[in-house]
Amino acid sequence: MTAVAERITGLVGALRGHGVRIGTGETVDAARAVEALGLADRELLREGLAATLLHGPGQRALFDSVFDLYFPRGVGGPREAPLDRETLRDRLAEALAADDRALMARLAAEAVDGMGGYGSSPGSDGWSAYQTLDRLRPQTLLARVRADVRGRDGSGAGFADRLLDDEIRGRIEEFRRMVAAEARRRVAERRGRDEIARRGVRPTADRVDFLFANRDQLTELRRAVAPLARKLATRLAARRRRAARGTVDLRRTLRSSLSTGGVPMRPVLRRRRPVRPELVLLCDVSGSVSGFSDFTMLLVQALHDQFSKVRVFAFVNRLDEVTGLLDHGRADPDGLGARIRAEATLTGWHGSSDYGVALGEFAERYGGAVGPRTTVFVLGDARTNMSDPNLHAVREVARQARRVYWLNPEPRDRWGTGDSAAPAYAGLVAMHECRTARQLGALIARLLPV
Amino acid sequence: MFTSVDDVSARLAETGYLASPAVATTVFLAARLGKPLLVEGPAGVGKTELAKAVAQVAAARLVRLQCYEGVDESRALYEWNHAKQLLRISAGRDESWDETRTDIFSEEFLLPRPLLTAIRGDEPTVLLIDETDKADVEMEGLLLEVLSDFQVTVPELGTVTATRRPFVVLTSNAGRELSEALRRRCLFLHIGFPEEELERRIVRLKVPGLGQALTESVVRVVGALRAMDLRKAPSVAETVDWARTLLALGADTLDETVVRDTLGVILKHQDDIQKAAAKLDLEAL
Ligand SMILES: Nc1ncnc2c1ncn2[C@@H]1O[C@H](COP(=O)(O)OP(=O)(O)OP(=O)(O)O)[C@@H](O)[C@H]1O
Ligand SMILES: [Mg+2]
Repeated sequence: MTAVAERITGLVGALRGHGVRIGTGETVDAARAVEALGLADRELLREGLAATLLHGPGQRALFDSVFDLYFPRGVGGPREAPLDRETLRDRLAEALAADDRALMARLAAEAVDGMGGYGSSPGSDGWSAYQTLDRLRPQTLLARVRADVRGRDGSGAGFADRLLDDEIRGRIEEFRRMVAAEARRRVAERRGRDEIARRGVRPTADRVDFLFANRDQLTELRRAVAPLARKLATRLAARRRRAARGTVDLRRTLRSSLSTGGVPMRPVLRRRRPVRPELVLLCDVSGSVSGFSDFTMLLVQALHDQFSKVRVFAFVNRLDEVTGLLDHGRADPDGLGARIRAEATLTGWHGSSDYGVALGEFAERYGGAVGPRTTVFVLGDARTNMSDPNLHAVREVARQARRVYWLNPEPRDRWGTGDSAAPAYAGLVAMHECRTARQLGALIARLLPV
Repeated sequence: MFTSVDDVSARLAETGYLASPAVATTVFLAARLGKPLLVEGPAGVGKTELAKAVAQVAAARLVRLQCYEGVDESRALYEWNHAKQLLRISAGRDESWDETRTDIFSEEFLLPRPLLTAIRGDEPTVLLIDETDKADVEMEGLLLEVLSDFQVTVPELGTVTATRRPFVVLTSNAGRELSEALRRRCLFLHIGFPEEELERRIVRLKVPGLGQALTESVVRVVGALRAMDLRKAPSVAETVDWARTLLALGADTLDETVVRDTLGVILKHQDDIQKAAAKLDLEAL
């Protein structure tokens, strides 16, 4: 195999490892693309490989990180003698002021080389983006860059001047990404690119564990709500069509066959009731699982026209209806969680989850929300803080509802450890592991009634 | 069709389409590999325009299938001209039914629709399947069939195979998720909002009368609006509209009043306007 073919194979393997589905056909196209484009211009190569290997926009950030490892910008560190910290900061300030991306990338390489190395072996044991940024502190350049830009543009009195701070912050953010990519590249030279592509690259948002997602990832997830909802709506519509086709209605088939002399020419299909199902959501919104429940609430909100009725209840150790808050959440999804926690009554004497009390309150106060057409989803980790799980209440809800599903964001092997009452609840209603947006999408597509 | 990626950029630019490196590369590859190009992206970033520009530089005829809810084979592929067939039958020459039937299912009574038209011609063709996501799922089966072998079977006439494969561009706004199978047939291109530099060039090209400083400010403000997570972020089309408006108003710099008075050109929803005004520190509207 030629070196280039090997690179492509490696790149494809790494992408597949992150859940991107790439067939052999696409791999062949990728090789043809490389042949047509040549290797001289790395950015064209990047675009060409993306066009042949990817099928949707959600995988692009992942692709770029992996591409940078298999088709690296260069080998080794910069050739020049390392700059000291102050000189580096001066040059970076200039680059940021001029918004010179090429220079920023060169400086990122120098910064990692000069400040990112750690360990004791000759050269370095590894390269850390965190350490580099911690020493360089690019965020403290904001004021300097601002003054510099205003100086060169004249007075700075124009209207767009009020955008300047955000623009500079954006450039600094871009520089941080460059440092991270450069550190990954250097580490990959030491430890093998396959290894780093597997572990050192951020997965696509839909594969991030809800329980460990950081703020940026949660924001990214919120952006993924609308596309995921569209995808699910398409699948639900297909399921609904299939269901509506229904079974043969014998009586009507025979009646209509009278016109053909009693020979049943055309089977009449029973049409299923077109009534859309009702949905009730019970969401644990306590700190530990709030990322999961916020995302799910937004997703259900985005899917609301798939149902004749949706009601959403949130709880920590008290339970309150939040359907109304969710309606208004459409305009400002980022603030939804905070608004729910501020406006609904979710806690009584203490601040930690109590499933038993909350579920009991639901069965008692809102039992009427659940009828034979209702599917209930309970969202939460079933960690009751050692209090009574109140299985009776769950049994009661399950008896009234059409179906009850429990989605648990914890890995299955953690169910039942510590204060988790998951096994007890799972004995009464179907409990599913639901750790990522991808899992949630698959579960909803499968479980949601149509 | 093209000798290099630069050739694509240069020739598209002559028609007034300024391609990003991603766009130029993917168009070049689609032509080279002979694969359909699926272009996705928000409204108004130049997806449709790209197909038109490619047709123009390739001196190809543009055949456009505009998709909508309910578009079907008879609109996309072909249809028999029933009225004309009836006329022919009632004109009733002296002949057997078999002869009549052969006659009315001949070329003369066929109404070819875009997919068939694109496949049949001998001249170079760009087939634009626009807003594919608006069509129902059933339509995808037909597209898949046509795009895999570039042939179409009309039962009464036989199979028509393309003598010259059209350059196919499918566009989608991601209103509905297209099937994996269809995506696999295509090269994928996502056109997002352009980089500042490219957008400045687009404004300069489309609204040449606007001063340089103002062009720059316009692009910066639009960029800031896009970062605000609005219901509908302004697209290239809105940037150009705004630039034209400012030119017409004779503004030579952006100031608070001008922005406030023209925000409605860039933003379509009232709550977006409110939100943007607050974030831009505009006095109450
Ligand atoms: N790269 C570009 N070069 C020149 N003009 C552009 C470019 N991108 C967008 N435009 C301008 O934007 C306008 C809108 O483009 P177009 O109608 O092709 O958008 P679209 O992506 O097809 O949107 P929709 O999804 O709404 O159909 C065009 O009239 C064109 O003037
Ligand atoms: Mg269009």
